[in-house]
Amino acid sequence: MNVDVLIVGAGPAGLAAAAELRRLAAGQVLVADREQQPGGVPRHSAHTGYGMRDLHRMLTGPAYARRYAAAATAAGAEIRAGTTVTGWAGNGCATLTSPSGIETVSARAVLLATGCRERPRPARLVPGDRPAGVMTTGELQQRVYTRGERLPGRALVVGAEHVSFSAMVTLAHAGADVVALVTELPRQQSYAAFALAALARWRVPVWTSTALRWVDGRDRLTAVDVADVRTGAVRRVECDTLVFTGDWIPDHELARAAGIPMDPGTRGPAVDTSLETSARNVFAAGNLVHAAEIADVAALDGIHAARHIAAALRGRDPATGPDTPDHASGPPAHRVPLAVEPPLTWISPNAIRFVAPGGTDPLGAAPASPLDAGSALPSGATPVPPPCGRFLLRSQVFQHRATLEVRQGDRVLTRQRARVIPGRPVHLAAGWLARVRPSGGPVLVALAHG
Amino acid sequence: MTAGPDPEPADVVVIGAGVVGAAIARELSKYQLTVILADAANDVGTGTTKANTAILHTGFDAVPGSLESRLLRRGNALLTDYARRAGIPVERTGALLVAWTAEQERALPSITERAAKNGYGAVRQIPVAELYQREPHLGPGALAALEIPDESVICPWTTPLAYATEAVRAGVRLMLGTRVTGAEAGGRGGQGEARTGHLLSTTVGTLRAQWVVNAAGLHSDRVDAMLGGDGGFTIRPRRGELIVFDKLARPLLSSILLPVPTAQSKGVLVAPTVYGNVLLGPTAQDIDDRGDTATTADGLASLTKAGRKILPQLLDEEVTATYAGLRAATEHRDYQIRVDATRRYACAAGIRSTGLSASLGIAEHLTELMGAAGLPLRPRNGSVAPPHMPYIGQAGTRPYQNAAMIAADPDYGRIVCHCERVTRGEIRDALASTVPPADLDGLRRRTRAQNGRCQGFYCAATVAALMAELPPGGPAAAAGQQVAAGQKA
Repeated sequence: MNVDVLIVGAGPAGLAAAAELRRLAAGQVLVADREQQPGGVPRHSAHTGYGMRDLHRMLTGPAYARRYAAAATAAGAEIRAGTTVTGWAGNGCATLTSPSGIETVSARAVLLATGCRERPRPARLVPGDRPAGVMTTGELQQRVYTRGERLPGRALVVGAEHVSFSAMVTLAHAGADVVALVTELPRQQSYAAFALAALARWRVPVWTSTALRWVDGRDRLTAVDVADVRTGAVRRVECDTLVFTGDWIPDHELARAAGIPMDPGTRGPAVDTSLETSARNVFAAGNLVHAAEIADVAALDGIHAARHIAAALRGRDPATGPDTPDHASGPPAHRVPLAVEPPLTWISPNAIRFVAPGGTDPLGAAPASPLDAGSALPSGATPVPPPCGRFLLRSQVFQHRATLEVRQGDRVLTRQRARVIPGRPVHLAAGWLARVRPSGGPVLVALAHG
Repeated sequence: MTAGPDPEPADVVVIGAGVVGAAIARELSKYQLTVILADAANDVGTGTTKANTAILHTGFDAVPGSLESRLLRRGNALLTDYARRAGIPVERTGALLVAWTAEQERALPSITERAAKNGYGAVRQIPVAELYQREPHLGPGALAALEIPDESVICPWTTPLAYATEAVRAGVRLMLGTRVTGAEAGGRGGQGEARTGHLLSTTVGTLRAQWVVNAAGLHSDRVDAMLGGDGGFTIRPRRGELIVFDKLARPLLSSILLPVPTAQSKGVLVAPTVYGNVLLGPTAQDIDDRGDTATTADGLASLTKAGRKILPQLLDEEVTATYAGLRAATEHRDYQIRVDATRRYACAAGIRSTGLSASLGIAEHLTELMGAAGLPLRPRNGSVAPPHMPYIGQAGTRPYQNAAMIAADPDYGRIVCHCERVTRGEIRDALASTVPPADLDGLRRRTRAQNGRCQGFYCAATVAALMAELPPGGPAAAAGQQVAAGQKA
C-alpha cells in the first residue's frame, strides 16, 4: 500500500496531525495504532481537564480521545486500530501486522507518535521480593477504569507529581486506603492545591525526602521499607498495593529500529524545531520527544509537525521517500544543536532548524550530518520556531526564582525568569531565535546564578 | 484443602516437577509404568528451573571424571536434538570466556585442558584483536579470551513444559498443588505381604507407589529424610541475582561473555537470551531460606558495576526485569544421584545450576539405575513424539510475523502484549494446552505476555481479561487435581 503520510500512534499527537494534514490537503494519511481503539493514553484517564489549550474546552480523557479520532476520520484520514507497525522494510516502507494479515506500507513521510510509558519497578532497580500488587499508574488506570477492579487494602504511591495525585484518586476510587505519596525530593512537584486537597479530602500525606528501599511479600505484597534520605532511618509500611508513577520514558523502539539518533536527554529521537528527526521526512511528535507533557501539548505538537510535513511534501519530488530506516536521500536540513547544562536534564526540540531565505519548507542544500550540521548556509536563512513558539525543558532541582540563560558561544541570547520544579514543564519562549547564528555552534541553556 | 481423589497405586511417583523431575517422568513414560509427577507448586518448573542463566552448557568446565561432567555431555547432546524436534528455542551463540587480569589470563590453558578432559575439544584461544572484532562493544582492558563455540542459550520455560506435555500425553498423571508432607514404607496388603512400596501423605490426599523418585530440588534433602534416604547431603541454597536488559541492548553482543572463575569469585556473565534480551548475572550468595528469591540492593549494585566493565553501553539501556534464583547446591561438588533397590527409592539431588542442560542425561541415567534395581522397564506399545511447543524465541518466526498463520486464524494477528508481540491466538493456545497455566506467571512463561519493558503499563487489563476467560474450573482450579491422563491439547 502507498500513502503520503504514515502516522504511527493514534494518540493526541498522531490524531491531531492526521486531521491537520488532511486539512492541508497533504494527500492520503494512514494512522496505525496497536491498541484496539484509537485515542492513546487519555482513553484510560477518567478525570477532566483535557482540551483546554488545544480545543478550548474541558473534556474527560475518553471524550477527548473520541473527539480527536472523530476529527481525524472526518477529515479523511484512515485510522487503523489493532494494527502494529512492527518494523521497517527499507526504502521508507513499514511492516504492519493486524488480524487481516501482514502488510507493507510505503509512505512519502512518516510521523512517529508512539508516546511514552512510566518506568516500571524493575527498571528502577528496587530490591526485594517480586509480589503481585505492584504496578504503574498506566496499569492501575486500566485495571480500575477499564476492568472495574476493586483494590481494597492499603496503598502506597511512589512519586509526588501530577500523575501521582491522579494515581491516588484512582486508588481511592477503587476502594484503596492510600497511606501516602512518597518522594525522594524535598518537596512534592504538583500544584500546592492538589497536595492540600489530597490531605484535606483523602487524608493522604506526601512523605518527602523518602526513598523506597525494599518490597516485601513472597506472593502478595505485604509491606515496603522506606528510608529518610537525610537520616537514613528506615521504617516498614504495610501495604497491599504499590503504584510507581511518573519517571516517563519514550516508547522509542521503532525510532531505534530505524537507526534514528536519540537525544541523550529526552531519550526520544532527536528532532529539530520542525519536529523532523535526522532521517529525512521522518518526523516525531508528542511524548515520544518530550516525556511526558499533557495531551493538549502533544496534540499541538502534532499540528506543528503536520504543517512541516505538508510543506516538505509540497517542496519535494514525490518520488523521494523518507529516510527510514537506512535509506538516506538527499542532504539534510541545516540545524544548530541545542543542549542543556545540569541541573537541567533536557530540552525539546533538540536543535534549531534554519530555512533558506523566503522558504518555509525544508532546506535543499546543506551539509550532511545528523542534527549538528553547520556552515554552507545561504545568508538570510531564518530559524524555524518550535511548537507553540516555546521550548520545553526539565530540571532536577526546585528553584522558584530561577533564571534561564541561553548562550551561543560567548554570546548570551536571552535570560528568562522561570520557576523550575522536577518533573514539571519549564517553558522557554523562543523569541531569541533570530539572534542565533546558523554557523555559530551549539546553543546552550543553563540555570544562571544570581 | 479438602482431600482429593486417592489415585490408584502408581508404579512410580516423581516428587518435583522441575526440569529434572519432568525429564524423569518423561523418560519413565516410555515404559509400561503408571507414573505420577507431583509438585507442590501450581505449575511445572517454578523453582530453580525458571530462574537461572538459561544457558545450554557443553560442560567444558565441569569437574573431569564427575557424574555431572558425564551427564552434562550426554544431556547436552540429547537436549540439543530434542529442542529441535519439540520447537524449544535454542540459539547457538557460542561463548567467549574473557580474561581481564593477568591471573585470569594465566588460567586459560588449564581451562582448555579441563575441557579436553571433559571430552570437549573445540575450545581455542583467540587473539584479543579477534575478540574485539567479534564483540566491538566489549569494555576496554580484555587481555585474552577462549572461544567455546557450542555454548548455547535455551528457553528454560519451554523445556520443562515440553517434557511434562509429552509425559502427560503418554499417560503420566501430573499432580500440581500437591505437596508431599510425609512418607512411610509399606503397601496395603495383608500381614503376610512383603512391605514394599510407599505411602505418601500429601496436601491433597495419600499416594501409593512402588517406587519414589526424589527430584525435589531445593527441598530434596527433606524429602530424602522423609523417605529414609541415607542423608548424605544437605541442600545449601545459593542465591543468584540477575538483571535482564531491554531488547534494544541485544545488538551489543553476539556471544555469551563468560568470566574466568578465580579463587576469589566465580564472576558474572553477560548473555543473550532466546527472547532477545540481555542477561547480566548471577551473584552467588549462600542463604538459609529456601524460598528467599528477593533481590538485594548490594546484589544489584555489584551486578551493574560488573556489567559496566564488561559491556559499558549495556547500562545505558533500560532494565526489563530483575530476579533471583536459588541453586540447589550441597556440600558435595557432584550430583547426588543414587538408587536404593531395597527401599525402591531413587534420588536426583544436588543438581546445582546445570539441571537444565543435563536434565535428559540425568533422566536416562536414573532410569537405567532404577531398571537395574528391579523397576521393570518394558517399552510401551506405540510411541509418543515430542510435542510441538509454541515458539516463543526471538530468532525464529513468531506468529505475528507469520502471514500464513494469520490468514488461517486472525487471532495470530491480534497483538495483545505489545512489548513482546504476543498475540491473542498464542494466549488462547496456552490456556487450552495440555499443561495450561494456573496464573499470570504461568501464562508469562508460556507466551512471554507481560514480560517486556512496560511490565503491564499497556496490556495488563487486556491480558487479565483473557485470563478471566478461562473456563470455569479451568487451570486455576486444576491445581491440586490430576490432569486427566492422556489429555490431548
